[in-house]
Amino acid sequence: MSIASVFDIALVALILTIGASAILVRTAFAAVVMFVVYGLLLSMAWVRLHAVDVALTEAAIGGGMTGLLLLGAVARSRSVNVDSVRVGYPLRLAAGALCALVVAGLAIPILHPPEAIPTLAPTVMENLPPSGLGNPVAGVLFVFRALDTLLEKVVLLLALLGVWSLAPDHAWGGTPGLQVYARPDPTLIFLAQLLPPVGIVFGIYMCWVGAKGPGGAFQGGTVLAAMWLLVIVAGLQRAPAIGRLWLRGLLVTGPVLFLVIGLAGWVFADAFLAYPAGYAKPLIVAVEAALTLSIAVALGMLAAGPPVRAQQQ
Amino acid sequence: MNATTLFGLCGAALVGIGLYGLITNPEPLRKILAFNLLGSGVFLLFGVIARRGAAAGLGGDPVPQAMVITAIVVAFAATAMAIALVQRLWDETDRASIGSDSSETAEEKS
Repeated sequence: MSIASVFDIALVALILTIGASAILVRTAFAAVVMFVVYGLLLSMAWVRLHAVDVALTEAAIGGGMTGLLLLGAVARSRSVNVDSVRVGYPLRLAAGALCALVVAGLAIPILHPPEAIPTLAPTVMENLPPSGLGNPVAGVLFVFRALDTLLEKVVLLLALLGVWSLAPDHAWGGTPGLQVYARPDPTLIFLAQLLPPVGIVFGIYMCWVGAKGPGGAFQGGTVLAAMWLLVIVAGLQRAPAIGRLWLRGLLVTGPVLFLVIGLAGWVFADAFLAYPAGYAKPLIVAVEAALTLSIAVALGMLAAGPPVRAQQQ
Repeated sequence: MNATTLFGLCGAALVGIGLYGLITNPEPLRKILAFNLLGSGVFLLFGVIARRGAAAGLGGDPVPQAMVITAIVVAFAATAMAIALVQRLWDETDRASIGSDSSETAEEKS
């Protein structure tokens, strides 16, 4: 048995153990901590599956951002009386049996793959050179399946609208109440002063390098959002009121630029979201840059939650 | 058994673990967490399909990989929305679980 397969078996065992304990531990706080660890371990599994772009996204969004959201929710749930309603054993057994059936159903096709496995990899590699991109995943996201990427940005904005619309009437247009710690400690404040300059450069780099190698607008945007949230959580700066015009402007800049370039494709390249020959790469980089900013703001505001205080004049 | 199959089975098991948590845990926050676990298991299965489609000098089929990236972002947006809903529920009812006990239904009616 090679070292790689020992590593893989250990990794899978760890992922399953941590994943199961995220479900089974008593307190919600411990479960969220387990979930963050689980997200990081899972991103290692993605690296082992040769999907580094997905690994970066999973670590940044799947583990980090979702973890922050859940932590914020746990911190706010302290005041709520948690009633210890537990499900009885018969139901647990029945649920366990059902889940085992589902696992078996999924495992069978995994163990018996079809003879000829469908793949679009050769088609992607054939059509990638005209776009000037070096990263096939970025090529799929911004050239071949650009509509998916555009609509996904719209989904982010719709989710943000949904979160904001849950605000009480008096707080509409006010500031979100993101608070993970009652009182930020000096270590956190020090980190919030030290990390953002490095993080911002790193986020911009990830966005820029995404055209050639692993990275891109999502991953870069998440790093920027994380830096922003770190500053807010440490109490160095308040979350902005959701009524601010600059905030709303930044949120729509990326999707609107993407849409405008997509519509211009009808005039200059005979299809919606098609790029004129020779201009594909500069246009994609411009869209990615604008999207990175919009994604950073959208993710940050999603994590900050609905407004709770009216805007102070 | 090769590494790809191993990760495929891991994904299948994660779907089962997430589903179990989704059914048996009455706290909405824990249900959201379990649903995320279930989703990541599905993504991992998709990643295994991408890995098996490796061709043309790539380590995996880039189309499913790009779709998983989109899926992770959309799952995050849905999670944020769900958590905002749960927090509104807490604000309105002061309850942390959505169990269907008779004592609770009586409480709801009052």
